[in-house]
Amino acid sequence: MRWIWIDKFVEFNSGKNAVAIKNVTMAEEHIHDHFPGFPIMPECLMIESMAQTAGILVGESGGYAEKVILAKIKKAVFFHYAQPGDTLEIHAEIESIAEEAASTKGKIMRGEEMVAEIDLMFSHLDNNIGGKEFPEENFVFTDLFSVVLRNSGVPGPKMEYMK
Amino acid sequence: MAMSREQILEQIQDVLIEALGVDDDEVTPEATLMGDLGAESIDFLDIVFRMEKAFGLKIPREELFPAEALMGSEEFVADGKLTDKGLEELKTRMPHSDLSKFEADPQVSKIGDLFTVEVLVNFVELKLNA
Repeated sequence: MRWIWIDKFVEFNSGKNAVAIKNVTMAEEHIHDHFPGFPIMPECLMIESMAQTAGILVGESGGYAEKVILAKIKKAVFFHYAQPGDTLEIHAEIESIAEEAASTKGKIMRGEEMVAEIDLMFSHLDNNIGGKEFPEENFVFTDLFSVVLRNSGVPGPKMEYMK
Repeated sequence: MAMSREQILEQIQDVLIEALGVDDDEVTPEATLMGDLGAESIDFLDIVFRMEKAFGLKIPREELFPAEALMGSEEFVADGKLTDKGLEELKTRMPHSDLSKFEADPQVSKIGDLFTVEVLVNFVELKLNA
């Protein structure tokens, strides 16, 4: 199972930028314990939501041919807590992209308020510097991501059961 | 764009402080990126992207860090050392580096030490004056 930390894309400009939303809810069980009596979305999961938004943006720009893997967190600064009931807007933009990797800039907004600034780097696994080989199937962009994209009106990678 | 070596060094220092999370006093011209500053493979790409931005240059990674391209070839590497041909190739590809010390004992495992802060400065200087 993959944990998907974005609900929908509300903006998608191929090769440039994308905005996804994540609705934080009390139905997410981990929030009950993080923290007892003070439920907030873990910051590491906000990083993951950015990695998914920005990673799909990077993947789409290469027709989902590359296995796009989070390789480095260049910056992650948090200004506010994200709580149940919050709608987070995850803004990601591609800063640089090369054969082997891509770098992205991003911020997470709640209305006008900036919740976090998160800049990431992604590696294109099959073009990795070490020359390591990985399975042929693209295990990064799975069906669940396709569903999120399709529900957002953005073409995603072809789903497994349709192949 | 006319930039002095000092200005280039300052910009490179900023790039490395940001990319590697190191302190400014660690980023001396002699410091090696891997050994002294702890750079890993993905950091090299981060550094390239940041340098492109800082200097407005297009920098192919294999031009700045050309050593990997030699590794897979028997012609260039034998018994963990660069062959004469390999050394020649590296010299041609790395005009921004002084290989005189490395030449005496061209072990592949020591290639990482060639990438110093100064080498990045040399590279940018050559590029800007090209």
